Amino acid sequence: MSHQIVPVKTYIVVFAGLIGLTLLTTGVAFIDLGAFNTVVALVIAFCKMLLVIFFFMHLRHSGGLVRVVLLAGFFWLALLISLTMSDYRTRSWTPTPDAWSTTAPPTHP
Amino acid sequence: MADAHSAQVQTKYAGLAHQFEDLAQQHDADTLGIWVFLVTEIMFFGGVFAAYAIFRWLYFAAFAGGSHLLDIRLGAINTVVLLGSSLTMALSVRSAQVGNRRALVLFLVLTMILGGAFLGVKAYEYHQKFVEHIVPSLEWAPEGDVLARLAPGGLDHAQLYFFFYFAMTGLHALHMIIGIGLLLWLVLRARKGSFTPDYFAPVEVVGLYWHFVDIVWIFLFPLLYLIGGRY
Repeated sequence: MSHQIVPVKTYIVVFAGLIGLTLLTTGVAFIDLGAFNTVVALVIAFCKMLLVIFFFMHLRHSGGLVRVVLLAGFFWLALLISLTMSDYRTRSWTPTPDAWSTTAPPTHP
Repeated sequence: MADAHSAQVQTKYAGLAHQFEDLAQQHDADTLGIWVFLVTEIMFFGGVFAAYAIFRWLYFAAFAGGSHLLDIRLGAINTVVLLGSSLTMALSVRSAQVGNRRALVLFLVLTMILGGAFLGVKAYEYHQKFVEHIVPSLEWAPEGDVLARLAPGGLDHAQLYFFFYFAMTGLHALHMIIGIGLLLWLVLRARKGSFTPDYFAPVEVVGLYWHFVDIVWIFLFPLLYLIGGRY
């Protein structure tokens, strides 16, 4: 059997890192960074996710098949969010013809 | 003859299902199976996250106003509690790997206690929402300071934020409750000595599920509690 037994110390260090990042993301919320507050919060959350996946979920010692399955999942999630947002965010780029407007119903002579 | 052979295999490898050659192959199949399930869970939660992204972008002021009514300290404390439960879960798997039954049961019970503590804090937060009358549909009548916070973004859109709050944390809490049930099942099996350094796949599989639920919360905390900053 090829199960890697990870030292307890590694888990403790990863846990300490996760707590540190939690304090960091909470602290940053009290500093005005403009639009970057959201970016920083998501980057920190992503780093925490990587720590959990690689160390607690043992992806570090997992085979290529598991990695491909996980990457496929993230790829589809990225498609879901990026294509949906690109639709909503670009709808205002082209003008809506007056005849389509729902706010002012067309008046019939 | 075949029966005698399989009986021999069964005694040699306790916990081996008949369709597998050996425990290593079974373990690989078990972990791959739970990873595929977790990918379906990513897509399940992903749909809610995508809807959240759209409406947060459309009604940012309302979402920030709603977010400011959440208790950031309780959210942070719950994050630490849940991360702690992931640590004890990882140590449960390790205890199973090294064949320490007493430590395995101890860490599984600790994981259950921390999971229960998380749900307790969550229940208190839900209760606060009822006290403040900001539960969409069921108890929606914000007044005073709460109303002043929500009014600038529009009350209907603030209600939408709380729909997302309850749907996302509720789905997450449901996964936690299922996880605690699975942990209880593991404790009962571990006490009987079902797990050995060669056979501990159920502990590993439940552990992967538990860590996934932790990751969902890692994203829910900044997305629900930290919108628009607190400065």
